[in-house]
Amino acid sequence: MSAAEHSKSELLIAVIARMLDGLGHVAVGASSPIPGAAALLARARAKKHLRVSVLGSLRHNDFTDGAREIFDCAAQGRIDAFFLGGGQIDGAANVNLVGLGEYPDLNKRFPGSYGSAYLYFLVPRVILFRPEHSRRVLVPKVDFISAPGVSAPGIYRPGGPYALVTERSVFSFEREQGRFRLHSIHAGETAASIAENTGFDYDSPASVPETPPPSAETLALIRGDVGADIAEVYPRFAREILTAG
Amino acid sequence: MAFGGVPVETVEALAARVSDGAMVAVPPDYSFVAMAATRAMIRRGVRDLHLLAVPQSGIQADMLIGAGCVAIVETAAVSLGELGAAPRFTAALENGAIAIRDSTCPAIHAGLQASEKGLPFMPLRGLIGSDLMRVREDWKESENPFEQGDRITVLPALKPDIALFHAPFADRSGNIWIGRRRELVTMAHAARATLVTVEEIRDIDLMRDEALAGGSIPALYVTAIANAPKGAWPLGLAGHYEADQAHLAGYAAAARSRQGFDDYLAEHGA
Repeated sequence: MSAAEHSKSELLIAVIARMLDGLGHVAVGASSPIPGAAALLARARAKKHLRVSVLGSLRHNDFTDGAREIFDCAAQGRIDAFFLGGGQIDGAANVNLVGLGEYPDLNKRFPGSYGSAYLYFLVPRVILFRPEHSRRVLVPKVDFISAPGVSAPGIYRPGGPYALVTERSVFSFEREQGRFRLHSIHAGETAASIAENTGFDYDSPASVPETPPPSAETLALIRGDVGADIAEVYPRFAREILTAG
Repeated sequence: MAFGGVPVETVEALAARVSDGAMVAVPPDYSFVAMAATRAMIRRGVRDLHLLAVPQSGIQADMLIGAGCVAIVETAAVSLGELGAAPRFTAALENGAIAIRDSTCPAIHAGLQASEKGLPFMPLRGLIGSDLMRVREDWKESENPFEQGDRITVLPALKPDIALFHAPFADRSGNIWIGRRRELVTMAHAARATLVTVEEIRDIDLMRDEALAGGSIPALYVTAIANAPKGAWPLGLAGHYEADQAHLAGYAAAARSRQGFDDYLAEHGA
């Protein structure tokens, strides 16, 4: 693959990394190879001015107080951005990491809520990342709220959703309105294809820009240092990235 | 053989200390998981465990659930990470074979921290508006006593019967070195009994070495130790050996079916 061509993973890594530029500390949780690579890319571009803490890593994680430190750190306001996924995500940015059906008699069980029910409240910029962009995933209303997108006035909530990144597009989240707004569309998609595959209502400007592709310089970083760095925690994913170049 | 009052025994004997129905706290896949002892528990046929994942688990929980050892799993998540869903966990919950107490990572840490401080509960931010608050009847919403109108959750102390993990080494007195994996310290403080398998027992005194003492759990909290070289396999032991990715991928594929899981257990010493 030449530098001008890029994989969907590389596009998503570049898109997420742009949302992290200028931040001080980004943490990456479980099962998050693309967000992890994006954070390491943003760090490489920030010339180490960005601190990145990758759960499960020894080399990219300076926590010394065990698995709880990331949560304590977030509650102190020391983490600027974090990532969450979701088996279902709805138009109010509620995320469901528990399962489909009427709890506890679920038809389909997901792994569980991880730290979502806490970090979503406390980290200022939570980026929702779910590659699959379909009506199955992006639903009108989630079956189970692992973590709510918005909270009633008076609930302590310095944090919350910032954006939703999928294989088809980027949405920003408007906290005042409690709704998503279509921000950009990846190459090959149209406003109509996004609407067709999105199960919730969202706001859309008259003309939606195309998501800018990664630059040659960014691709070189992803295929070089970033791929090597993420291999410690996500060896299978890193093989895919490293062999793409 | 016993050092400083902490018995050193076989992995089988250590596993036999886990009685049916016990609440057993275990660490996440990246943090010193006692897999040799887990296989020994499965061989012994332990039943009705209340498995507390601190705060999540992977192959260890999946194997114990698949082998019929677990009645209740309390966890923030069970997953094989990059290898996908934990198949026996998923099947057991979809069939209603086991009960789950769905949690979130910091809630499990907070519950253990309450226990280590001898407190009945711990307050925690977040949670309000999550369906976890609806399904966890033991979690309550309260008010900050120092600020009127500030709603906050309170969670009951978690008091495991047993904390079970694997560590790089112990010393002659039964002190355990865990380095930066301090969730193991909290687990040991909170649990009634702590069972530890180790790669080796070194002829040193951790409490007399300032560089090592801060990364150690004193024998005060340790109930029994077993020597188990490569005791975290097929998981890794940070700083010592990597996870056996090929084996883990084989497990993930085999455990998708009941038969495949049973064949895996038969083949791999459980």
